[in-house]
Amino acid sequence: MDVLAFLLEPLQYGFLTRALAVTVAAAVVAAVLSCWLILMGWSLMGDAVSHAVLPGVALAYILGIPFSIGAFVFGAGAVALIGIVRSTTKLKADTVIGVVFTALFASGLAIVSATPSQIDLMHILFGNVLGVSAGDVLQVLVLGALTLAVLLFKRRDLTLLAFDRTHAHVIGLNIRFLTALLLGLLALTVVVGLQAVGIILVVAMLITPGATAFLLSRSFDRMLVIAVVLTVAASVSGIYASYYLDISTGAAVVLCQALVFAAVYLFARPDGLLWQVRRRSVARTRTRAGRPPGSRTDPRTGSRTGSGTATRGPAA
Amino acid sequence: MTINADPGAPVLDVRNLTVRYNEVHALDDVSLTLAPGRICGLIGVNGSGKSTLFKALMGLLVPQDGSVGLFGTSTTHARKQGLVAYMPQAEEVDWTFPVSVSDVVAMGLYGRLGASRRLGAAERAAVGDALDRVGLTALRRRQIGQLSGGQRKRVFIARSIAQDARLLLLDEPFAGVDQASERTMTGLLKGLRDEGRSVLVSTHDLAGVPALCDEAVLLHRRVLASGEPSEVLTQGNLARAFGAAPEGTAAASDGAF
Repeated sequence: MDVLAFLLEPLQYGFLTRALAVTVAAAVVAAVLSCWLILMGWSLMGDAVSHAVLPGVALAYILGIPFSIGAFVFGAGAVALIGIVRSTTKLKADTVIGVVFTALFASGLAIVSATPSQIDLMHILFGNVLGVSAGDVLQVLVLGALTLAVLLFKRRDLTLLAFDRTHAHVIGLNIRFLTALLLGLLALTVVVGLQAVGIILVVAMLITPGATAFLLSRSFDRMLVIAVVLTVAASVSGIYASYYLDISTGAAVVLCQALVFAAVYLFARPDGLLWQVRRRSVARTRTRAGRPPGSRTDPRTGSRTGSGTATRGPAA
Repeated sequence: MTINADPGAPVLDVRNLTVRYNEVHALDDVSLTLAPGRICGLIGVNGSGKSTLFKALMGLLVPQDGSVGLFGTSTTHARKQGLVAYMPQAEEVDWTFPVSVSDVVAMGLYGRLGASRRLGAAERAAVGDALDRVGLTALRRRQIGQLSGGQRKRVFIARSIAQDARLLLLDEPFAGVDQASERTMTGLLKGLRDEGRSVLVSTHDLAGVPALCDEAVLLHRRVLASGEPSEVLTQGNLARAFGAAPEGTAAASDGAF
């Protein structure tokens, strides 16, 4: 089949080019944010915020205001509520997050079910990227650009916050402000991502690209670039897959991101599962052949590889 | 508004500090001073209040009673002027974090940079000098997890050098460090002291104290003894701080983990 025709055919439909623009924009913003999110240990927070915006979206539809306003208010509200409950009980963070976001998500469901209106729950939950208007595209692009600009401008502070918040405090930075900033940007990113893949799948966009890039990088700037490149590739492939295979666009995009993660997890050098297994079997053969164990020590794992093979080998 | 540090004031002036967590005394009426250009060992078992004292010095907790002064001003003002540096315990650091040695050292300078923390030529030179001084120039591009235990500690010392801090708070700096690295670090810290900086080292490793410290404080929620290391580290004092006389050197038990 003609490759050019294959690539160009979907683009003759305006709704598909709009879908492509919205998905790629949302995916890029989410991918950049995800790098900090996974290093902060906040993956579950992304999950929570995205679910918690449901009542905001439903109320916005009922009141006839832009859905992004409702979503942002409830996203930020959820973060604040989690913070308050966390600091005033002895409960652990993941517990508080679980209680708050399920409560908000359920109230969203209740509002939607009690409103005999044209709110399509499936569209909110799983996205309706093929139905976005030119106005929606503009909204996503503007909010996305704003979020991205703030993230990149403050990237060094945010990285320091994730790496060593005590040092950040000791040299006089305002860590409460930086934490709040990152959470606010998380809420904004969820709002942006909602259009593209919906509430449920936006979580994947907020975690998977950063996780994949983390496996591939030893420097943060590289991690950002890798996350963006991979997520753009996955989003575009996902849109095409959804067109030709006739499957849900949101699902196709997230599946493509998961496939990239799986490929990296298995095959990336030097830490992919395949290479780990290979190293282990090589080490075992060597010890059996009587060569000193750990003679080829991986500089990344250092002595861990050496001592591991040494204890496993015969005492000879 | 800038309140400059008073040059004649002690680096550290802790008076009658009392900190309670849920009615349990972590620190009870602790008083402590440190002059410029001195290295002080803060010695005590786990749970003796060393970490709590550090937190109070960094303004991370509000004491129930007493006061903490740094350089004749409050902890907040001392922090904002970049006078204090903190070196975390090894297990508090995420060694898989994608930052290089020079990235971490550069973080010492963020307090005096613009809002985007972009490094200029002067700051890059300061990072280079700090790396040179601790002997990590050749390893500056390494991800921090690819360093040995002693090198990892020196990264954080380089960060405080780049910061040009006047008071260094080191939390268990000798845990998991071999003897050669410990000697290197002792030399580095004495060099910093000779420039007029002060160092407070928390440790339960008694072996390194006489070689490094000008003075020592034995802590067990209260100050049990303070003064010259030889006066503080007596059998009687140690028995009170550690419950019984420590068996052998603490360094031996450190190496076990």
